[in-house]
Amino acid sequence: MDLLFIRDSFVGLLAGVPLTLQLTLIAFSIGVVIAIILALMRMSGIRSLDWVARTYVFLFRGTPLLVQIFLIYYGLGQFRPTLQSLGLWQFFREPYWCAILALSLNTAAYGSEILRGALRSVPPREVEAARACGMSGLLLYRRIILPIALRQALPAYGNELILMVKATSLASIITMMDVTGIAARLISSSYRPVEVFIAAGAIYLIINFLLTRLVGLLDWWLTPHLRAPPASSNTMEKVNV
Amino acid sequence: MEFLDLVGFGPEGWGKSLLLAALVTIMVAMAGFALGIVIGGLVAWAKLAGGTATRIFADTYTTVLRGVPDLLVIYLFYFGGSLLLSAIFRLWSDGGFVGIPPFIAGATAIGVVSGAYQAEVFRGAFRSLSTGEIEAGKAVGMHRLLLFRRIIAPQVARHAIPGIGNVWQMTLKESALVSVTGLVEILRQAQIAAGSTRKPFEFYLIAAALFLVITWLSQRIFDWLEKRASRSMVREAA
Repeated sequence: MDLLFIRDSFVGLLAGVPLTLQLTLIAFSIGVVIAIILALMRMSGIRSLDWVARTYVFLFRGTPLLVQIFLIYYGLGQFRPTLQSLGLWQFFREPYWCAILALSLNTAAYGSEILRGALRSVPPREVEAARACGMSGLLLYRRIILPIALRQALPAYGNELILMVKATSLASIITMMDVTGIAARLISSSYRPVEVFIAAGAIYLIINFLLTRLVGLLDWWLTPHLRAPPASSNTMEKVNV
Repeated sequence: MEFLDLVGFGPEGWGKSLLLAALVTIMVAMAGFALGIVIGGLVAWAKLAGGTATRIFADTYTTVLRGVPDLLVIYLFYFGGSLLLSAIFRLWSDGGFVGIPPFIAGATAIGVVSGAYQAEVFRGAFRSLSTGEIEAGKAVGMHRLLLFRRIIAPQVARHAIPGIGNVWQMTLKESALVSVTGLVEILRQAQIAAGSTRKPFEFYLIAAALFLVITWLSQRIFDWLEKRASRSMVREAA
């Protein structure tokens, strides 16, 4: 084990961090939007919408992400003339956009299941109570259903974010130089897989640790009602006064 | 039809190679999955009953393997395994490079990753066991092994089925990554066919369809297992 080489690899691999983070955050944000649409389609009670969303989730969860990436990046290249005439070739010729598209479509399928579970966990009594107060439609969603559902979904969605960070490594197979892409190049040029693995693994662990903490912080901030009340002496004084 | 000739079983068709590749996918996933169950069981045991040192080791293992991309783990086992093999062979011959078979490297890599997830599944399933049952077993004089065989293992297995099903689906999809080592499984075979026919779209679509069939069938099997395992459990009215 060569500590100096690990350190050098670590420094070299840091150059891939911006790309890894970009792929994660852009694809994740687009994925959340699609996931919300899919979850609402499944909860809509309209049979055709439900069926479309169901099929989408089945297809994307039943096949490996790498196959989806290849299908979009290499597969669609076959239709270059058509894409060119539609003006979409600029998009599909870049591995960057293909990776983002595949990652977003993929995470949306998993995310919609998380959101659906969360929406179903909203107690019907809360909804009934809100209806009794005269809330309906968007107001009901904004004030009652979404706040409850989002809190419920947050821990599972945090896991999905970590899975996303790991999934971006597949972009390296279609030539992207993210952390894994640089690691693969380092391994084949130095032939020291163990050292490079330690350095790259450390980077991913640090990213994932920070993101987990961030999600934890968000969870803490969103659930003040579950926290222990702050030091009791203060409230006692107030009561006495 | 042109498409059917391409993927059919005729002289120009890729059907046979694709089916063989599907078999390789299933085999490498099963080998990794089996290894994962063994590792997962041991790691869960270490987490639940181990001393401080074993627990720290087990926690590090699950944290690292669940936090690092699987692709990196596959590179580690493929290149690292070859390095190790070469070093061993150099002991009694003047060596040269010995490559590790991609199947072994791939199965080990996905096994080690799935072990980390299995460990959490087993641990969760053990937690759902009521302590009263274990105490009752001890009270009637069961030894640790007997207690494990008669009381703990059957119930943990039953509770773990849905989680194990998830890990299997994950392992199966992860096996596509082993294609980077050159193992001719579904995706690699599709790549080869796409390269020689210049029809990537058709072949990656076929690859996706093959995976879909396998994941769908496995889901049916796990659903059946879950139903079977829980037939004696009292269920609250839904």
